[in-house]
Amino acid sequence: MAAPILFPSLATIVGSDRVISEPAQLHAYRISGVIPEAAVRPGSVEEVAALVRSAAVDKFRIAPVGARSKLAMNIPIGKYDTALDMTRLDEIVSYDPADLTLSVEAGLSLRRLASELARHHQFLPLAVSFRDSATVGGAIASGLDSPLRQAYGTARDFVLGMEFVTGEGKIVKSGGRVVKNVSGYDLHKLMIGSLGSLGVITKVNFRTFPMPGSIRAFVAAYDSVQEAIEARHRIAHSPLRPLSLEIVNPRAVKMLSSDIANRISPGEFRLHPRWQLLISFSGTEKIIERYGGDLPQLAGTAEHQMLNENQAAVALGRVREFAAITLDSSPAPTIIKISLVPTRMASLLGEAVATAERNGVLCAAMARGIGVIYLAVLPSDQSEDQASRASRVISDIYNSSRKHEANIGTPWIPDAWRGRISLPGPSRNDIPVMRKIKSAFDPDKIFAADPLSALQ
Amino acid sequence: MDKKLLRDLKKLLGADNVLNESEDLLLYEYDGSVEVAHPDCVVFPQSSVDVVEIVRAAGRCRVPLLGRGAGTGLSGGALAREGGIIVSFARMNRILEVDVENQRARVQPGVVNSDLSLAVAHTGLHFAPDPSSQKACTIGGNVSENSGGPHTLAYGVTTNHVLAIEAVLPTGELFKFGSAAVDPVGYDLTGVFVGSEGTFGLVTEITVRLTRLPESVKTLLAVYDSLDDATQTVVEITARGITPAACEMMDGWTLRAVEDYVHAGFPLDATAVLLIEVDGLPEVVEEEAGAIADVCRLHHARSVRVAKDARERDLLWKGRKNAFGAAGRVSPSYYTQDGVIPRTKLPATLRRIEEIGRKYNLAIGNVFHAGDGNLHPIILFDQRNQQQFRDTLRAADEIIEFCISVGGSITGEHGVGMEKDRLMPLLFSEDDLDLMKRVRSVFNPTGLLNPGKIFPTSKGCGEIYVRPQSASAPPAA
Repeated sequence: MAAPILFPSLATIVGSDRVISEPAQLHAYRISGVIPEAAVRPGSVEEVAALVRSAAVDKFRIAPVGARSKLAMNIPIGKYDTALDMTRLDEIVSYDPADLTLSVEAGLSLRRLASELARHHQFLPLAVSFRDSATVGGAIASGLDSPLRQAYGTARDFVLGMEFVTGEGKIVKSGGRVVKNVSGYDLHKLMIGSLGSLGVITKVNFRTFPMPGSIRAFVAAYDSVQEAIEARHRIAHSPLRPLSLEIVNPRAVKMLSSDIANRISPGEFRLHPRWQLLISFSGTEKIIERYGGDLPQLAGTAEHQMLNENQAAVALGRVREFAAITLDSSPAPTIIKISLVPTRMASLLGEAVATAERNGVLCAAMARGIGVIYLAVLPSDQSEDQASRASRVISDIYNSSRKHEANIGTPWIPDAWRGRISLPGPSRNDIPVMRKIKSAFDPDKIFAADPLSALQ
Repeated sequence: MDKKLLRDLKKLLGADNVLNESEDLLLYEYDGSVEVAHPDCVVFPQSSVDVVEIVRAAGRCRVPLLGRGAGTGLSGGALAREGGIIVSFARMNRILEVDVENQRARVQPGVVNSDLSLAVAHTGLHFAPDPSSQKACTIGGNVSENSGGPHTLAYGVTTNHVLAIEAVLPTGELFKFGSAAVDPVGYDLTGVFVGSEGTFGLVTEITVRLTRLPESVKTLLAVYDSLDDATQTVVEITARGITPAACEMMDGWTLRAVEDYVHAGFPLDATAVLLIEVDGLPEVVEEEAGAIADVCRLHHARSVRVAKDARERDLLWKGRKNAFGAAGRVSPSYYTQDGVIPRTKLPATLRRIEEIGRKYNLAIGNVFHAGDGNLHPIILFDQRNQQQFRDTLRAADEIIEFCISVGGSITGEHGVGMEKDRLMPLLFSEDDLDLMKRVRSVFNPTGLLNPGKIFPTSKGCGEIYVRPQSASAPPAA
């Protein structure tokens, strides 16, 4: 019913050809099962601000979206009337290769950005899942991490500043465009991973990085998770500084080697379905020689191999696309993200895999060396039986995470299961402060996403 | 100050942990900046519980309060601008836990920065942020100011190394933000808390990340006859994709002041030197040091010397880290600025600083983190000469205005505090500042915690007020 009221005010701001109200097209803007009444495609930050202000007047709730590559994520959302499609804001505002700094509009695709940076032998370590279709704003707002965080950290470590539109339609900026800056509060840190609940990101300033030299990878196979994690500990305490370090379970190896994986991230990639440790590193010949000498010893297994440049690129691509690949590998996938101190990883991984086996549900696991575990719970069909088995597995994993004082969240879950399965977040005493932050940015609750509703 | 409140505080903490005699308070009227402010009393809590009680007592009487570490700050962040209680964390200085396996440490806010690195050195780890004042400044202070230091070029600033914070808000509530594990759920409250300059809460415990010490380190000293050549070298090192662990510059004036004091072997007739450090695997260090030396020579470095051992390296660093102290030896007062510029603008900015010095007839030394474009011009003046003091402030403002005009910032690591609050509107709009104030109110709804900081208190920007007195305090940066 909202559409007829919404439409004129939206069209006044952006022009009627920038307003989408066809149900068939709107389906693509669905978030957590809710289809909006309209989608608008603003072309400037001023239009974004005007749209947000009109939402306040006309009492409709909006969600900013990018290229819609991650709208299937578990984004708690209530009333959701209008999608703010940001893909027309896709300019590189400024790029100073010699300063290694960059300012871009949020709707710019990561792919286009990467090719522009590559012309200057630079890159952004934002190697997130769905990279080839995602926008800058979406990658930042979703808070996804990347295998390269081992060496470069996450967005919070290389975003220098931001411009965004608040729930009151004000254009606000924080941070700046220089690599070191302590003027004012780092409000942009709050926007990272906020799922569009605090504001509409319109511009992001980054620190860029020189492209690493030749990239290679090393793979080692293990019979048990304990052995693989122990190798991780030895490497973490060695002088080596790899680009990435992941451990995957036999099920994940199968999936990362599958046809689905090949479609998402093409290339030749075959590993034995064992616990596998995958490390990438870069440098000149001498440095690669050093890694080649040290890694086999640190790995502590006879079954290992060095991957050449092409193989390494494919392997890194598969690890990067773990979420995209596993989501396509089941009709009702759930992905759980857990972060914990590294010494707890082996126990938690062991427990997660054991409950999946006990309950007869497939579970692909990937652990980052830095202390982050992704568990994809993958029922073979949509039957009630598989659903209840998966539900037991998820519940066991949540219990296990509490025991290990871990942070836990479920970035992907089938729409139909949401609300049916209890997903109690870690108990924290700072959630009320987060709610007040939400009120400071968006006092009238114009932004539909409410990630805090999933927290205790 | 309210007599009952004072009695309550003494009863709560013991008379030994409360100072209120004016001669005792004198020390707390200063920090490392040129600002002065008088507190009504200073208290020394020993635990989080003490801090909660202090905050509640102050709140009942609506008395302002603020935290203070070692008082080495350079923007008046730890000064009681509106009077009230200074909560000194000097006696909350225990390292609570070192988790070598997970490379983490849990510390009280009063732990001295370099003490943590010393305490874990035998495990091959260290706490990476290394402000020049690291032998005195506290980790609580580092968290409040989001401190940097020479090695933050490669290792990042404090915020990149803080995982969790326990803090008492002015409401008297104790919160824990973040977690020992990465990626805590919900909004990044730790991220926004770090660098809030003591306006959000009193930090009572910090969980930090520890970093492996590099296997190999090489420190190069490149000597120049021209400032331009030195700055062009920095621009080219960045452009070639090399990120040294540190890249510092000192001009001839600073060099001479430092050499006289430290005897590190800096050439007295040079116009500038670059102190560049590379670390990591020996294979990486060897290659990068070679490439950097080539760039230095290409830009007419008179000589490039590699420190031959740890002793020589330490001496060179001692020279750099004591540059501010050396300034204090040759001038009755000095004023240090902290502007940031894009690295490619280094040559133009240094030329502009030279012009400004000439315009006001002021000696300005330059020592700064060249690698990340963070300038620390040191303006020398005599506080007894009011005209010169006013000129010093004008010169400082002109330098900052130039930094902003080339896309930079008013402060890279010293903070806004009560020194640059009036400059904030040059960088931020009313809407920007309004949202920042709202966020402050989330943590600090009463406004009683560290009032009068960061945000312009009144009037427009560009107005220069003359401080009642100035000080040439001990070094920090």
